[in-house]
Formats: sequence, C-alpha cells, structure tokens
Amino acid sequence: MILQNKIKYILLISIFYLINACSSDEKQTVTTMNTLVMQEEFSTNGLVNPNLWTYEIGLGPDPNNPWGNNELQYYTNRPENVVVENGMLKITARKEPYMGKSYTSARITTKGKFEQKYGRIEARIKLPWGKGLWPAFWMLGADSDTAIWPACGEIDIMEYLGHQPTKVFGTVHGPGYFGGNAISKTYELKNNRFDNDFHIFGIEWGENYINYYVDGDLYNQITPANVTGQWVFNKPFYIILNMAVGGNFPGSPNTETVFPQQMLVDYIRVYQ
Amino acid sequence: MKNIKFNYLRASLLFALMLIINTGCERDLSDEATDATFSKTAEIFTDTPIAMGTDFYFPYGGSKPNAWSIDNQVKYKGTASMRFDVPNANDPEGNYAGAIFRVDGAGRNLTDYDALTFWIKASQGVVISELGFGEDFNTYSGNKYIATLNNTSVGTNWQKVIIPIPDASKLLQERGMFRYAAGTQGTGGMGYTFWIDELKFEKLGNIKFLDAKILNGQNIIVDGVLNSTHIINQLSITSNLANGQNISVNVAPSYFTFFRSDSNLPIANQVVKDFAINELGQLYTEVVGLTGSSVITAKLGNTLALGSLKINAVGSFVNAPTPTTNPANVISIYSDTYNTISGFNPGTFAGPNTGNISTQTIGGNQHIKYQSIDYIGMGWAGTVNVSSKTMIHLHVKLIGASSSNLKVELIDFGPDGIDNGFGAGGGTAGGNNISSQLVQDQWVSINIPLNQFTLSTGGGGAGNPNKNNLGYVVFVSSNGASFLVDNIYFY
Repeated sequence: MILQNKIKYILLISIFYLINACSSDEKQTVTTMNTLVMQEEFSTNGLVNPNLWTYEIGLGPDPNNPWGNNELQYYTNRPENVVVENGMLKITARKEPYMGKSYTSARITTKGKFEQKYGRIEARIKLPWGKGLWPAFWMLGADSDTAIWPACGEIDIMEYLGHQPTKVFGTVHGPGYFGGNAISKTYELKNNRFDNDFHIFGIEWGENYINYYVDGDLYNQITPANVTGQWVFNKPFYIILNMAVGGNFPGSPNTETVFPQQMLVDYIRVYQ
Repeated sequence: MKNIKFNYLRASLLFALMLIINTGCERDLSDEATDATFSKTAEIFTDTPIAMGTDFYFPYGGSKPNAWSIDNQVKYKGTASMRFDVPNANDPEGNYAGAIFRVDGAGRNLTDYDALTFWIKASQGVVISELGFGEDFNTYSGNKYIATLNNTSVGTNWQKVIIPIPDASKLLQERGMFRYAAGTQGTGGMGYTFWIDELKFEKLGNIKFLDAKILNGQNIIVDGVLNSTHIINQLSITSNLANGQNISVNVAPSYFTFFRSDSNLPIANQVVKDFAINELGQLYTEVVGLTGSSVITAKLGNTLALGSLKINAVGSFVNAPTPTTNPANVISIYSDTYNTISGFNPGTFAGPNTGNISTQTIGGNQHIKYQSIDYIGMGWAGTVNVSSKTMIHLHVKLIGASSSNLKVELIDFGPDGIDNGFGAGGGTAGGNNISSQLVQDQWVSINIPLNQFTLSTGGGGAGNPNKNNLGYVVFVSSNGASFLVDNIYFY
C-alpha cells in the first residue's frame, strides 16, 4: 500500500508537471473593460465620418512654429493625404511643394464630437518607415481651449519614429512633466517591425491610472505617483490621429526617406 | 492481484512520463527531423570557433597568413574574442589581412536565418574593406553565394555589425561562414588591430528588404558587336535595419535569376547567349546576333531588381590584325600576341574633358576603346628601356569623325625612373602627329621611327625624348578623337 501510494504521488506530481510544462503560455491580464461604447471601423470609402472627425488643416496656431514642434508638413483634407479606403483610414505623408511647405500630410481629431473619460481605447495600425516620419495615436484634454497645453494633459497612446521601426512610445504630458520631461516608456518588438504588419495599440484608463499595451503585452502603468506634477487625467479627452513630418522629435527626413508613406488605421474601438 | 495492480500503476507512471516527454514544449521536433539535412548551427565563434572543424582558416594570397588569433584578454562577451592584426603596408609577409573561415566538413543549412551578426572594435578608428560570408575558394560551386559589406566604419568601442542575408533559402549547404579583407589604405600604411566576437547567424526578424540592384540600379544601353562579351556586375541588395540605417550588401550573381528578352525568339534570331559565370565570379553574356536587341534584367526571389542592360547588336567586328614581328625583337606594351607589360593601365592619367576609357574583348582578343579624349596616358609598372629599338608600332581604328586629330607622345622619366617632371627631374618627352594616317572605321598599322618624336608636348617636353626609362605612351587630341588601339610595341 505504501509503495502504491508513493507511486500515486509520483504520478500526481507528473501530471501536475505536465499541466504546467508550458507555463510560458500563461495569460497576462491586459484588459478588463469589454463593453464597447464607440467603434470606428472606417468601413465607408471616401471622407472620414463628419459626425466623429474634424480635419485639422495647415500649420496650427503658430505658423512660425508649426504645431509647436517645428514640423515640416502642411496638413490638408485632400484624399491624397487622408482617405477611407478598403476598410481602413489611410493617412499619407507626401513630399511635394504645398502652401509654402515641402511636405503634406493629415491630422484628424474627435474634439467636440467624441470625448471620453476613462475606458479602454485601442486602435489597430500599420505604421510607415523612414527618418523624419512621426505618426501618432493620442489624446488631449477636452478643455484644451481653456487649459493651455500642457495643463490640459496629453495621453500619447502610441508615438513612433520612422527611423526606429521596432519601437513605440507610450507617454503622458501634464503640468510639470511635458516635452523632454514627459512620463514615457518605450515598447520594443523583439523579432519584428511595426511597419511590417498591423499591431494593436491601446490604453486601459481609469481613475488615477493609465495602463499601456501593445497587442497582448501590458508594458506600463502610469499613476499619480509616477508624475512630477498634478494628475490631470480624471476628465474627458478627445482622440487625434496624425502623421507629422520632421520636427524637433524625429528630426528631418533624409535622402533615404522614401515618400509617400502611409499610416493605415484598421479601427479604433473604445470600451468601458 | 497485487502484482497486476502494481504493474498497472507502473504502466500509468510510464505513460505519464511519456506524455511529459512528448507533450512538453518540443513542438519543433517533427519539423527538425524532416528538414535538417545539414547542420543548422548558428555560431561561428563565441569564445572558441564553433563546429568549424580543425582546418578552417584560409588566408587570401598576398595577405599576412598569421593575422588571425584568439585573444583571451579582449572580449565583448564570455572569455575570448578573435583578434586580427592588420600588418603595415611594407610587411614582407603580406601587406594586408584577409581570409575565409570555411567549415572543415559538410556545409551548414542557413535557411532559418536572416543575417550574419557580430560585435567588432578596433585599436583605432578604421574602415574595414570587406566583411561577409559565402566564400569557400571553389569558384564554380562554392563561391556562388558571396555576400559582402564593404567599407565598414569601425571605432574603438564595441559595435554590432549586421549583414543581411540576401536570400537565405539558397543557403542549404554553405561552407563559407565568414570572410574579411582589411588593409592600411586609410591609415597611411600603418597597421592596426581589430577584434570580432559573438560571430553568428541570427534570425532578427526586423530587417526590411528594400530593393535589389544590378548594374548599380542603372538602365544601361550599349552597342554589342558580334562575339563581344558583356558583364552584368555591381549586384547588391539594400535593407533597412531596426536602427533605421539602410545597409547595402554586394552579392554574387547566384542570388539572382537573370532574364534576357530575346530568349523566346527562334535561335537564329537571338541576340545574346545564355548567361555564364567567369573565373572572377561575374555573370556575363556574349553577343551572337548581328541585329536586334536584348534587354537583360534580374529578379531576387519575386522582386524585380533595379537596373538593366540593353544590348543593341551592331554587326560583326574585325579585330586588329595579328602582328607578325618576331617576338624575340619585340618589347610589348599592350597586345594579345605578345606579353602585355606588367601593371599596364590604359588610363593612368586623363585630361579633364576625356570621355570614356574601356577595354573590349571580342572573340578572345582585347583592345582599348578611347572615347572623346583630350589627352590620356597609358602607364605600367616602373619604366621600360627601349634604347635598343628603333620603331614603335600601333594598330589604331578611328571610330569618331574623319577629321579627328591625334598625336602620340612618349614620356621618358630620366635616370631616376620617377615621374617628377622635366629639367632637374631628368624627364624628356616628344610627340608625333598620326592624324593623316587614320582611316575612319578601319584598323591601320602605324609604325613610327623613335627618332621622329620631334614635336613638343602638352606637358612641356621639348621633343626627341630619351629611351632608357620610358614611363608613358600618351595620346593627345585637339578635337576629341574617339578610336580603338591594339598591339602597341617597340621593335
């Protein structure tokens, strides 16, 4: 009997080991909010949905310092720069003389049309490549007209530089922590590139926390304890999609940068 | 009863163990078992050479044979690195360092990888001429897949070098794991040391293929006379690395599939022959048609390479006549009949308005083609003493305007044998105008007595040069002559 028990015990251990043998497959809890509250699938060809999006055209409030970053592009609403086609939004950066600038691209925002406090906000995006390209999927505080940046707060769900095709950045900017002192973390693909295929970029955002994820990897959590100033993220924000060319962060395109370049957005989904 | 139950338990235990063994994380086992015909070992050197066998280091001819060693003091990782001591340019044992690392045994299957990678640093900032793989010193079967990164800038801190594999699916049985060549052109002839560690093939997954090129991506159109050969070289692939850098690797023809647009025509109407590889590993074709044209293109995998060569057949070509002067009486500068002088260069120097200088080989006979020259100098190693000769011979075929003006000059360096000018340097020079002897589109045999080089020269020679230390034969044209030259010799 004793011997048999011992064997049974070994058998149990073996089975236990068997169950756990592939523990690398264990699931990380990445997201918990699963009630869909907004869904932009970019399913109607042509212009972006005017009930959700506004085109931001030109050089921003200060033409001498385009969009606050010395960017090189002129944003337009022409289909050459922004169009919905084949189930996706295509933002295209081109090298062409236009309105005194050498590059064109596009920037769209949900300001005043869709603003959200908390939730899981994600997009499936295929990114471009090449020095000087700076696409982003990001948010600004809905009070940005009165609370001047960085007081309004900025949540960069995904920023990417075309000369670092394996990396994206998840960042928050706020009063006392902005620009070079923003709270940021880099996520790097180990054996792939962001311009090879679509990837999902998202945050899960609640009171006093923002979790950042790429595909199935939760890679950062930012809370009031991490920021070096006031937490300004317990209020509604709106969504922005754009692709900048040049500017302080990416530097200018070089002779090897191939134009045109596209940022393809398959969908944006917001859950609570 | 007890025994039976015991056996049952033991069988269960065995079964569980079998399950563990078979359902662990070894999902690749069956795949590996089917395609691993040749070793897939990735590492070439970590702290020692890995699976290279005993006899794997083969220096290039003329290089210092013992330039390579294992350094147990310097390492990027682990306990040792490979050390390469590039000799001074005047080192009698070899004036550069270079070798191949060839597996001593069967080749490796590299199809799972996308790059050769390693860490490198040097004793001073240097540019390493060639780093690559795919060479095993067997011209026709083993050197097929050479891929080389040229002119890599290496500093004094460790840096990672990534050499993308152009098309790994071709590398089923590769013995040439690594190759390098490093000289002192950039260091004023002074030697230096560089180290390489963690040399291996990797699957990085983050290399973006950008383009493939033949003829450096240019679309070239040439005339092709019957039996002329045309080399399709300057083959490369360009990739974008994870650090944003675009990197070009020069590659062997075997990575590509080449096409010619005349291949579907009836044989009698075809313009060029099927492609072949010469002893330098270059791909070439030969014109076999008298009319028509063929466009040569290439694909790397399914990607059309940039660049093409269009050959317009322009009919047959008559080579210069074969000289009949007794070889015993000849000092030859350039000829297929006699031995061309050592170090011969058809364009040692050229005037600022000179068009193109090339050589053509037609039916195994080479000649020089000068297009729109103002002046050019042909030189060779050292000087030649023609004081025992009385004549110079040249075959010249004028291919430009019939009114073309052409003068031949001889430059003698003087007793010091150095090209250091006239007067104090001892140099002398003189010219002879051959314009009146030229016939358009026809080879003419020109024989000039050496005492007839009486004209002053463009470089300041006064005429009537000495003949003991001849250093250059020069052609000068006041109106951009184009012509072919062959069989230049003194007798």
